[in-house]
Amino acid sequence: MGAIKTVWGILCVLFLMGPLIVVLPIAFNAGGFVSFPIQGWSLRWFAVLFGDPGWRLSIWNSLIVGLASSALATMLGTLAALGLRGRVGVPVVLARMVFLLPMATPAVVLGVGMQLIYARLGLGSTYAGLIIGHAVLSIPFTLLSVTAALASVDRGVERAAASLGAPPPTVLWLVTLPMALPGIVTGFVFAFANSLDEVVLTIFLAGPNQRTLARQMFLQLRDNLSPAIAAAAFTFIIATICIGITGLWLQHRRKRMMA
Amino acid sequence: MTPAPFIRCDGIAKSFGTTRVIDNLALDIFKGEFVSLLGPSGSGKTTLLTMIAGFERPTEGGIWLDGYRIDDLAPHKRNMGMVFQNYALFPHMTVAQNVGFPLRMRRMGRADAQARVARALEMVELGAMADRRPSQLSGGQQQRVALARALVFEPRVVLMDEPLGALDKRLREQMQLDIRDLHRRLGLTIVFVTHDQSEALTMSDRIAVFNKGRIEQIDTPAAVYDRPATRFVAEFVGETNMLSGRVADTGPDGTAVDLAGGLRIRVRQPLEPGRAVSVCLRPERLHLGGAGVNVMDCRVTDRVYMGDHLRVALDGAAGPIIARLPRSADTIREGEAVTASFAPEDCWVLAA
Repeated sequence: MGAIKTVWGILCVLFLMGPLIVVLPIAFNAGGFVSFPIQGWSLRWFAVLFGDPGWRLSIWNSLIVGLASSALATMLGTLAALGLRGRVGVPVVLARMVFLLPMATPAVVLGVGMQLIYARLGLGSTYAGLIIGHAVLSIPFTLLSVTAALASVDRGVERAAASLGAPPPTVLWLVTLPMALPGIVTGFVFAFANSLDEVVLTIFLAGPNQRTLARQMFLQLRDNLSPAIAAAAFTFIIATICIGITGLWLQHRRKRMMA
Repeated sequence: MTPAPFIRCDGIAKSFGTTRVIDNLALDIFKGEFVSLLGPSGSGKTTLLTMIAGFERPTEGGIWLDGYRIDDLAPHKRNMGMVFQNYALFPHMTVAQNVGFPLRMRRMGRADAQARVARALEMVELGAMADRRPSQLSGGQQQRVALARALVFEPRVVLMDEPLGALDKRLREQMQLDIRDLHRRLGLTIVFVTHDQSEALTMSDRIAVFNKGRIEQIDTPAAVYDRPATRFVAEFVGETNMLSGRVADTGPDGTAVDLAGGLRIRVRQPLEPGRAVSVCLRPERLHLGGAGVNVMDCRVTDRVYMGDHLRVALDGAAGPIIARLPRSADTIREGEAVTASFAPEDCWVLAA
């Protein structure tokens, strides 16, 4: 029984990791095409990735848009979670649904809609437009994760702070938010990861100057199948793993401190 | 002249939706007094405390502190220290930061604040724990931190919401004495919510007994115990035997009551003949032997050894009765026929 479970587990992991195992070595391919098995080891495609102006711009764009949009989404998601906290009734349920809608809406639909609005507002092909678009997509993640964190903040502790002389904004700043911080950080990490690999909405909203890494990979894939795509994927995966580990570590540290 | 009350609650009513939790309640608390709000859960005692603290507003009536009406005053402006059942410490701050929080809110200088925090922690014997996190302390230690935090800024009133409810019996009794001692030493005004009658009896200057959103009686522990105003108080505070009967006649040397079981007993209170009454008789007022005024023959139906005393169930002309006997009655056996007696002044008669 145990052996079967182990084998099944390994098969599942292989199924999930298989594409990565194939793609990652290609990043170090000495040859000129995305091909497997590889023809020799080289870092040349990383040199292209970090040297070519188009690729470099896309990396910067991903970082700028990712950080800005997740900051915006975290702020708005936290405010929404605070506002909806502990309230009941039809308007509250509706408001929550509206905030979560971007998660259920097809990105294509959202992209078309936003493009139309942006055209009128002059936000098309701008950083601001792209950042707002990504933030809209990320708000559900931050809202959900902050809502869960707030649910574990004891009202009694906030009351205690008030009775000790803290006005409401101080209670929020010194008690509620620090206690919900793990959830806020988790929300930010999710939002950032979400922005990093967002392609569909970006195709609609970004001009050539706002091309993100994911968008650039998509474009290159169609044009010339350069192994730089695999190098980008490799960078991508390493970055995501680092973010994930940082997030887990932060949470673990806080839990150990507060538990 | 009686002094003006320090906290005055007048005509207080509180409804949540259509449920009336507190109804037309009046309560005066004097400076330096330790008042317990005692009652079963859902009797409105915590709701009243919550309104004094400012977390809820009364639906009707008003609350005055030192002559000023405070109904509209936000909790953080009331200068009241509060201790909660689940401690409500700030988990992300150290013990010293927790205790220093109210001083920080009052923008006290760093050196002053540090000295005050150190003194407060010393007072609850936690000086060595200043840099720990609350999660590293035991329940009793956490509650002492909460106590230090509620006292460090010398609040006008200290509110305690079942602060000892989560502690084990031994620790609870120790903390009761500690809090009582602090109350005396610092001259604090304390409003203490509890559902534990022995806790209320041990600690309070006065006890307000709550039932269904009303105060049934407010008086000293001895008066609440010996002269309960209602049947509810008699049964909620301590153990009691309730004997129903009817007043036979009354005179200068007391009153005769005919119990339902046929026994005629004498009590001290003057009462109107013919009236239906309940006689409360505390278990520890019963004695073995026929030397008293009120004597009855009983059979022992149960005996329980309690360590410091013997709890005995008797059945006789007055119906089933519980007696609390001294260890010297150790030889008593189940099924044995005994004579029990009690004095007229140990009976307390209530309208049935």
